[in-house]
Amino acid sequence: MDFNTFLQILDATVRLATPLLLACLAGLYSERAGIFDIGLEGKMLAAAFISAAAAFVTGSVWLGLLAGIGASMLLSIVHGMASITFRGNQLISGVAINFLAAGLTVVLAINWFGQGGRTPQLSGGGRLTPIDLPFAQAVADVPIIGQIYAELISGHTILVYLALAFVPFTWWLLNRTRFGLRLRAVGENPAAVDTAGVSVIGLRYAAVAICGVLCGIAGAYLATALQAGFTKDMSAGRGFIALAALIFAKWRPWHALGATLLFGFLQAISLRPDVIEAVLGFKIQIQLLDALPYILTVVILAGFVGRAVPPRAGGAPYVKER
Amino acid sequence: MDVMPKWADVVLIPLVGLIMAFVLSGLMVWASGQDPWDAINLMISGSLGSTYAWGYTLYYATNFIFTGLAVAIAFHARMFNIGGEGQAALGGLGVAICCLYIPWPHWSLALIGAVITGGLFGAIWAAIPAYLQAKRGSHIVITTIMFNFIAAALMNYMLVGPLKPRGAMEPATGKFPEATHLPTLHDFFGVFGIEWSKAPPANITLLVGLAACFLLWVLIWRTRLGYEIRAYGHSESAAKYAGISPTKIIMIAMIISGALAGMMAINNVMGEAERLVLNNVEGAGFIGIAVALMGRSHPLGVLIAALLFGFLYQGGSELGLWTKIPREMVVVIQALVILFTGALDNMIRMPLERMFLALRRKRIVAEG
Repeated sequence: MDFNTFLQILDATVRLATPLLLACLAGLYSERAGIFDIGLEGKMLAAAFISAAAAFVTGSVWLGLLAGIGASMLLSIVHGMASITFRGNQLISGVAINFLAAGLTVVLAINWFGQGGRTPQLSGGGRLTPIDLPFAQAVADVPIIGQIYAELISGHTILVYLALAFVPFTWWLLNRTRFGLRLRAVGENPAAVDTAGVSVIGLRYAAVAICGVLCGIAGAYLATALQAGFTKDMSAGRGFIALAALIFAKWRPWHALGATLLFGFLQAISLRPDVIEAVLGFKIQIQLLDALPYILTVVILAGFVGRAVPPRAGGAPYVKER
Repeated sequence: MDVMPKWADVVLIPLVGLIMAFVLSGLMVWASGQDPWDAINLMISGSLGSTYAWGYTLYYATNFIFTGLAVAIAFHARMFNIGGEGQAALGGLGVAICCLYIPWPHWSLALIGAVITGGLFGAIWAAIPAYLQAKRGSHIVITTIMFNFIAAALMNYMLVGPLKPRGAMEPATGKFPEATHLPTLHDFFGVFGIEWSKAPPANITLLVGLAACFLLWVLIWRTRLGYEIRAYGHSESAAKYAGISPTKIIMIAMIISGALAGMMAINNVMGEAERLVLNNVEGAGFIGIAVALMGRSHPLGVLIAALLFGFLYQGGSELGLWTKIPREMVVVIQALVILFTGALDNMIRMPLERMFLALRRKRIVAEG
């Protein structure tokens, strides 16, 4: 394998890891605040559809992005109502949201566009365009470093850089601010937060809302950057891979970056079976690569490699003592 | 003292949730420029109007009986088995291997064999997450989700690789031998001289499903093991104090759950397709969640809810065939049922409880 192929695979890794990273961070906010969210998949899918639809109708990808975030937020509010206000089962609510998105996106797509459950192809202003970082063209010929800069670092859409920037930001927000401390506390011991006079319900809604925004961006990225338009079930289990990455990362932002890059890499090489064979000297079943993120997560969950301990109050609705 | 009478808890709350789900779906149909009344009429005639229609409704219902019971038994042990989809897929693998590689002399023996292998494969696929939950403390919901995806990859591998007949293009096994073909309801009712349409895929697996309902009822409410499962589901600490082993209950409840999900394959793989195809479960594992919630985890409730979802499924495909309403509308209705009868249960319960309290107060005042 030559250096160029290697770079191409890493480039694909970054592109494929971005939606995973955004969704993973989304789940991180929610779960650190004690709200389990297996509805990441549904929120991404809803956002992908609405952003593609809005981008097609208005011709502006930015309005599409906003609309996608709005759709994802709407589902987040449903999840918040079910799991915070009405103290329902958070897992069941997540399942419901996944199906709601899976069904509604197709029903609406057929109703609005009549193309068998997809939106028309996006083009021009309806899509996100790659950004060339300064001097990318100039240094492209410099061996190794220049190639890395031009091929791998430059030339992604703005959402890729935004997602990467969210990693240190999330770390800072959670570990260095008052809001972050309270958010983490509400996921570990909500009663203590309540005793301190801080609203548990408010904090949890805030976390769920942030989760909605990030899932919305992830969905919009799928439909306007990774692909040009919405297709049925286009999230293709990414919400669940993100969930797996979250456990893999043990609910920490920097580790989430590592986990999603790893899972993105697995997706990227499963698209290039020729390269795997050239490097390893034998064939690997594509299905094994597909299943690997899930198998790794089960191994981590089982505690054979490190121990994944979720936030202590996760999944439990908070009932104020009377 | 309970605030509400039992009937309100068991019947009224799920019913209100169901009505809300239907009203919302009806509004959506109306908003898309279609007539909801026409739609519901078409659904009823298309799924209940003839023995042909009933044949499809009962076929779908049979699938949902198995997956619904699977979720229900796990619920009794306060376990959320979201892996019915993967367990049913593995059950399909078991049933296919059983039908393809064992020379059965008669379908009745093949049926027994399929119950065993389908159940066994499903049970194994549930037993691993159960073990990890019981012994390693990994959350059953996450592991069963992961196992759904691992199952999908495994099935994919089996059907493009080892199980595909030589020279075939399609990722599927060959046709099962004649001796393993199950009698359809047409054959079954024919014995009693009842006219029944020949076309639909409903088969005698329905009877196996009904038997499973009854046996599960006996298990949960008439045996010591069932008592232990329910006790564990109500309070883990109390159950432990009473000498009930959590590991044992988790393992047994999940193994029964997985076996039930796996047995669904008898209906769709052995009874309908008569071969194993890719993605044979088609979401029935997830519908089991809605069915169990709707049926309040009681076998009789599951049976009724399974029939309801059978009606929705068959009615939904009729809608997709004859109107502009896509059949995915059924997925929306299913989601709303899960939302209202599961997650937003308290939204319906709280006002109803208040109403019953007010009624009781009035009665006490009137009597006193």
